[in-house]
Formats: sequence, structure tokens, C-alpha cells
Amino acid sequence: MLGFGILSGLLILPLVGAAFILTLRGDSEAARSNARWAALATTIATFLLSLVAWARFDVSSASFQLVESHVWLTDTIRFKLGVDGFSMPLILLTTFLMPFCILASWESIESRVKEYFVAFLVLETTMIGVFCALDLVLFYLFFEAGLIPMFLIIGIWGGKRRIYASFKFFLYTLLGSVLMLLAIMAMYWTAGTTDIPTLLAYKFAPNLQIWLWLAFFASFAVKMPMWPVHTWLPDAHVEAPTAGSVILAGVLLKMGGYGFIRVSLPMFPDASLYFAPLVYALSVIAIIYTSLVALMQEDIKKLIAYSSVAHMGFVTMGLFSMNEQGIQGAMFTMISHGLVSGALFLSVGVIYDRMHTREIKAYGGLVNRMPLYAVVFLILTMANVALPGTSGFIGEFLTLMGAFRSNTWVAFLATSGVILSAAYALWLYRRVVYGPLDKPALQGITDLNRREIITFAPLILLIIYYGVQPGPILDAFAAPTDALMNSVQAALATVKTAAVAAH
Amino acid sequence: MNSALTIPAFGPMLPEILMAAGVLALVLFGAFRGERPGYGMSIIALALLAVTFVAVLMLPSERVETMGGSFVVDGFAKFMKALTLLGSAGGIILSLDYMRREGIYRFEYPILIVLSTIGMMMVISANDLIALYLGLELLSLSSYVIAAFDRDNVRSTEAGLKYFVLGALSSGMLLYGASLVYGFTGSVSFPVIATVLQGDVGIGAIVGLVFIAAGIAFKISAVPFHMWTPDVYEGSPTPVTAFFAAAPKMAGMAMATRVFIDAFPGILVQWQQIIVFISIASMALGSFAAIGQRNLKRLMAYSSIGNVGYALIGLAAGTPDGVQGVAIYMAIYLAMTLGTFAIILAMRRGNVMFESIDDLSGLSRTHPALAFCLAMMMFSLAGIPPLAGFFAKFYVFAAAIQANLVTLAVIGVVTSVIGAYYYLRIVKVMYFDEPVERFERMSPGVTFVLMVSSAVVLLFWLVPAPIVNAAGAAARSLF
Repeated sequence: MLGFGILSGLLILPLVGAAFILTLRGDSEAARSNARWAALATTIATFLLSLVAWARFDVSSASFQLVESHVWLTDTIRFKLGVDGFSMPLILLTTFLMPFCILASWESIESRVKEYFVAFLVLETTMIGVFCALDLVLFYLFFEAGLIPMFLIIGIWGGKRRIYASFKFFLYTLLGSVLMLLAIMAMYWTAGTTDIPTLLAYKFAPNLQIWLWLAFFASFAVKMPMWPVHTWLPDAHVEAPTAGSVILAGVLLKMGGYGFIRVSLPMFPDASLYFAPLVYALSVIAIIYTSLVALMQEDIKKLIAYSSVAHMGFVTMGLFSMNEQGIQGAMFTMISHGLVSGALFLSVGVIYDRMHTREIKAYGGLVNRMPLYAVVFLILTMANVALPGTSGFIGEFLTLMGAFRSNTWVAFLATSGVILSAAYALWLYRRVVYGPLDKPALQGITDLNRREIITFAPLILLIIYYGVQPGPILDAFAAPTDALMNSVQAALATVKTAAVAAH
Repeated sequence: MNSALTIPAFGPMLPEILMAAGVLALVLFGAFRGERPGYGMSIIALALLAVTFVAVLMLPSERVETMGGSFVVDGFAKFMKALTLLGSAGGIILSLDYMRREGIYRFEYPILIVLSTIGMMMVISANDLIALYLGLELLSLSSYVIAAFDRDNVRSTEAGLKYFVLGALSSGMLLYGASLVYGFTGSVSFPVIATVLQGDVGIGAIVGLVFIAAGIAFKISAVPFHMWTPDVYEGSPTPVTAFFAAAPKMAGMAMATRVFIDAFPGILVQWQQIIVFISIASMALGSFAAIGQRNLKRLMAYSSIGNVGYALIGLAAGTPDGVQGVAIYMAIYLAMTLGTFAIILAMRRGNVMFESIDDLSGLSRTHPALAFCLAMMMFSLAGIPPLAGFFAKFYVFAAAIQANLVTLAVIGVVTSVIGAYYYLRIVKVMYFDEPVERFERMSPGVTFVLMVSSAVVLLFWLVPAPIVNAAGAAARSLF
């Protein structure tokens, strides 16, 4: 087990690329171009390597695969990596989105180009690390380490209120996470290890579970983000550069959901059951309230940010419905939202690069000058609304079905959120794309260029492909979902027995 | 022969004897050589520290007492002495060019640092209250002088005077506490005190314990005995501040650990409350008071107060894991603090030194490497993984959770988030603000210290085992 496997490769490769960019000298146009190409090559190579990992991955097995374990802090806190059906698709999502982020930053980033790409590549390593860590301390290490590059990305290359947004992002997430760190220590002293597979089999005492669950919840709820701790997200999204928003919405938000499914649900099933009503309530509020808030936004990015909060509400609702449909639907929503919201932010970036404003009022009638863009934005809007035939539909339908099985009222209220999401998304589309093109500034706006078409084509193809053929992703979730259901059902059964015994 | 004439074993004291002999030779050498420019004295002092370092590493790891039980050497003493020597060496290396440039070089400076280091090593190995006090005074008196080393500067002389007056007060309190403990236990020896003070002890010994704790808290600049720290840190010449923040902190924490764990293990419940209180107060003050600071040296003073608070969490646990946490914390803190002061020493334009946070504005454009190092130091001090500072906090918090001090741990992590704000502000000034003028080139000594400490801070997570295992062995030797 001493050798380094493919997952270490995924972690090291972006760092190698970053180190190479650091060695480039000067700030000439040639050096910048080299930095761009090196970053693109690195992210594409990482994506290809993750495809190799995917090819070696056995979908039918629920156990951790491609496991590697190295000596680290102690015998029981090791540098252990591995993937299962939940984490593998998220790793692919990360490596898949990264080249698009690099492409989206090709021309829009003009100052400190080298530093920008270095920060992005380091961020990629930490994101992959979160999804393949099989030790809680290692998980925490990557979970937090991602804050440093993201703080710099928002703060250096962000918009007007970038400093406020970067501080808020950093301190909010840090405050949530430190409590998780204490919970990890408590688990270490109770179970004697922070090895995730061992902890998955370990039964924590129910009253300890309550505290541990709350501590992890503090971290994941902020990261997710759930109402009412979501306020950092609109600020961070609005101020971040386009590629930063893509990664934030596409991958960083998924860490919260991944944390719930990796730690909270399987390790603290009793507490999860106990707190499910709380999560339901927060999810439903998130879905309805943030959809209403999105309706009133004047900034395009802020609107999409609020819609992300609403979609994450579907994810938490699905996860805590604790049945197969709910959990698979939540996982599917995460993947789909990663593609859709990532693409949406990219499309906002397209018009922002041309007009340097995100005010909805500044646009209107774009269809006259930008027909291609209108088509792209229409498909993405429909996917965001969860129109059947797009990947968004599969996820939302499954989560609603899961919620319906466990609580009809929750499903009823959440469904009204679907209607609201159609309202804000279509209204946004009407105001930006339709209508007369009467604003003088827009007269000279140009349609998508070749680089942008290359960026959007694969994303849109995947969104439609997974809307029609969700099988490949759902198959990956099936085996670990079954394993998770078994452990949750066992907890459910004990609670029922206890309730019967109490009578 | 009469047993009183038995010659004690000098082997365990070899490092101290070497240094004492060396420093006397150094005084003679300096006196004959006079105030000649050149690095001679400093190089010899560094060589002396290096030889002592090797001698410390060659000491036995098992517990050995000598000098009639006043002097003890064990794994813990070895570990902390090694750290102290590194801190002192850092203090000399950082001063190499600074003192000359500022025109305050005198040959006594390396001598005083070495003398103070002997005091620290005595304190770390002290096994009774008298030896402890002797070491402490040697350490303190040398420190007072070097605080005022820039003797024509009002702020430096004020720092020295303030340090001396308050230090004398704290020594008095420590002595008073020691006399009470002696009166109520009949001995000054730690092992004897430990056997006498078990279970329900009288109020007299407790009062003595409180006074000893107050004296120790002063030396490690823990709240509520921290008032001298910001003024002394700001007023002293910067390399001296770096030395104060590094070496005496190592010795002070080692002294606190040895006194409480070795001499008062039977009344852990009593002293645990004291340590928990000063730990919480230090962390809170360190993080809140630093927010308003504009001067980097003052900010580092509050940062060091806060960091002592975190290290004390490990001591409050009172377990082998807690002491291991303290040892790891101090080792990593040493790298972080020396690295940060190296950067403060690099803030020079022409012949003027700058100390304000605003002078760092836009450093990432003018000096990218320097800005990167300082940013990593700041993130590390804030405890963000994967930097070394995270592991320092990890071990002390883990020990606190194990000892069921959950409230202390929760307060600790919350203050660390508050503290993160002011560390982040420095990163913000360097990375987000517009650049100002460039600084001069760093001197080689400063570059060396910065490179070594940055390597420790950045790469600790890849190979944590050497420090973690050494600290673990050190901690176990105390129990």
C-alpha cells in the first residue's frame, strides 16, 4: 500500500501545473499566454486522469475503491484516499468544470494572470481532496484549505465590494467549520480513529450523536448554504469573477451536501432522524423564501445565487427524506445543478465581459443582436426551471417524490417552489433577452465567439443528455445508496423498538 | 569519605556548562577586541549555540536528576531546550545587519542573548523552586538590558524600564508564592511537594500556588499579567522583539508545564481552574485587542498573548496528550513568529524601518515571494489548514476535548475565528490594496530565517511525523 495511486495523481497534477506557472518569468503577453495554456493543459490532463479513474471504478460495488493509505499524523489518523459511488461523480464534476473556468477567464482576467491560475489550480486540488479523503482530519484539511485560494480569488479579481464579500465568505465558513473540527476530535477520542470506513461501521451513542450532528451541521449548513446562514453566498457570487462563481456554485456548494451524505446521515442516523423535521423546515423555507427573494433581484448574478440556495433546499430535503428516491434525487440534483448553475454563471459572464454590468435593467432585446446566445440562455433557463428533458427535472422530481413518501406537506410546499422558480427564471429571460433592443449601449453587442461556443456546447449537451438518460449517474449512486439505507433503516428500527418498549 | 563531599554528576549539565564557559570566554574576547565592526562576536555566539544544540541532542532521554535533585534532564527538557536554542539563534541571526545599520551594535548583545539562554535552560531543567528562581532571574535580567539596547531611543529605554519594574514585581510574587509553598510543604523540591500536596490541601498552599501561577503568567505574558507585552514589543529593537517572542516563550511554557505537572499533580483540580481562566482571557484579549492595531510589532504582541492562550489549553488538559500539544504548539509557533519578524525586518526603505500595516500595501505586486510568505504565516497563525498552525491548534484542542474541557475548546475555536479577522486584514492589505514603494533587498540572515520558517509552515502537513513523535516522547517523559 506504499505506492501512490491514481487519486494521489489527481491531487498532485494541478499542483504540478501551478508550480510550473510559478516558474514562468515576467509579465509579458507571452508569459500570460503561457500561463493560460499551461493552466488549460493541466486541467484537461486532470480531467482525463479522472476519466481513467472512472474507467477503473466498479459501479456495482458499494465499498471504497482505488484506496491508498499513507503514514501521516498517527497510526489512526492516516493520509487515506478512496472513492465510492457518491464521491466519484463529484470528482468528475470538479475536473470537468475546471477547463471551462480556465476558458472563461481567458480574456476577462487581465491583471496578475499567473497568480490567478495558480490559485485556481490549488483550489482544484483542495476540491478533489475533499471528495476523495477517507480520513476525517484529511477531509477537514482539504475542506478548509480551499478557503485560502477562494478568498484570494474573490478579493483580488472580484467586483466593487470584493473585500467585504471575501471577508464574509471566509469568516462565515470558518466559524461553521471550527465546530466540525471539535466534533471530529470528539469522534477520535470516542471511536479511536478518524478513518471514515471504520467510523461508518461504528455506532455512536444516541445522545453523543445529537451534539456531533449539530457541530457538523453548523459547518455543512453554512457551506450548503441553508437558510438562514446563506447570506454570504449572494455577496460572494456577485463579487467573484465569473470562473469563481462557476466553481462556487458548481463545486464548493456541493461539499455541504457531500458532507451530509458522507458523515451526518450514515454516522449519526439517530440524530439525523431526530433533526429531520428541522432540516425539512429550513429546506422548505429556503425553497419558497429565497425563490421569492430571487424574484425581486436587480442583479443577474444575485438572482442566480438565490436560485442556487433554493436548489440546495431541494438537496437537503431529499437527503433527509432518507429513502432511495430522495437521496438519489439529491445527489442527482447536485450534479445537475453543478452543470446548470455553472453554465448559467458562464452565460452571465459572456454579457458581463461585453457590457461590464450585471444590472438586469441594462439589458433587453438581446435576441436581436445575439441569437445564438439567446438559444444557449434559453436552454439553461429551462434546465434551471427543471423542464422535463433537462437534467434539472430528474433531480427535482426524484427529491420531491422522496419527500412525498416521507412527508406530504413538505412535498406540497416544495412543489410550489418549482412554480416560483419558473416565475423568476422566465421573467429574467424576458427582461434580458426579449423586448425591443432600444438601449444605445447594446447596439454594438456581438454574439458568442468561437471560444464561447466551445465552452457552452459540451455543457448543454450533457445537460440534455442526462435529462434524457439519467441512468449512468443514477447507477453510480445505487450501490452506496443501498448501503446507506441499510444503516439508516437499522437506526430507524431501533427507534421504533424503543418506542414500542416505552409503551 | 563523607557523603556531603560526593561530586555530583556533571554529564546532564554539560550543555549549560559549555555555554557558561563559552560566554565567559566571549566576554573576555569582546573586551580585548573592543568595539570593532564585523560579525565575529555574533558568529562565535552562534557557534556556541550550535555546539550546545548538539550537546542537548546527545543528552539521555530518560529522566536523570543531579545537583542533589535540583536539576533534572528528561525528554521534555531536551525538546524544549532545543526549541529555545533555535529561538535564541534566530534572535542573533535576525540582528546581524540590523544592529549595525541602526548604529546600536555593541559586542555585549550576543553575550546577553547567550546569558539569557543559559537562564532559560536552567529554568527548563529546574527541579526545585530555588533553581527555578535562579534561572528565571538570569533570564530576566539579561532580557531587561537587551530590551533597552537602543539606549538613546526613548521608546527602547522605556520598554526596558517598564519590563524591569513589572518583571521585578512578578519575581516578587513568584518568590512569595514559593515561600508559602515551602512553608506549607516543608520542601522546595518538586517531587517532595508533589507527594505532600495530595487531595484536600490547606488554603496556604493554594495561595502559594496562585502566586506562583501569577509569576509564571507574567513571564509568558498571559492575561491578566500581559500589560507589559505590547509596550515592550513595540519599544524594543525589532530583532530583540523577535527574540522575546521566540526563546523566552519556549522556556516560559516549559517552566509552566514542569511546575504544574511535576510539582502540583495532586491538586490538578485547583490549578486547572486557574489555567483555564488565564487561557480563555488570553485568547479573548489576544483576538479582540489586536483588531484595532496598526503597528505590526504591537499586533504581534497581542498575537503572542493569544497564542499563549492556545498553548495553555494543552496544559489545562493536564494529560500526556495535552503536554504533547503544548510542545507541538511551541515548536510551530517558533517557526511562525520568527518568520513573521523576519518579514517585519525586511520592511526597510533606504535606512528607515517601517512597522505599520499600511506600509505592506500592495506587497504582492512589489515583492510577490515576500507577500506569499507573510500571507502563509498569517493563515497559519489563524489556524487554517494545511499550514502548520492548524496542526498546532489541532493537538491542543484535541487534548482539551479528551479531558472533557469542551467549553474551553469551543471558546478557543470561536476566538480563533475572531483572530482570523486581523490576520486576514494583513493579507488583504498585501493582496487587495494598491502598491506603494518597494522595500530594500533583504539581508542574507533575514532571508535564511524566513526560508527555514516558511518551509516548516508550508510543508509540515506533508511530513508531520518527526515533530509530532518527538513531542510525544517529550510529553511522556514528564508523566
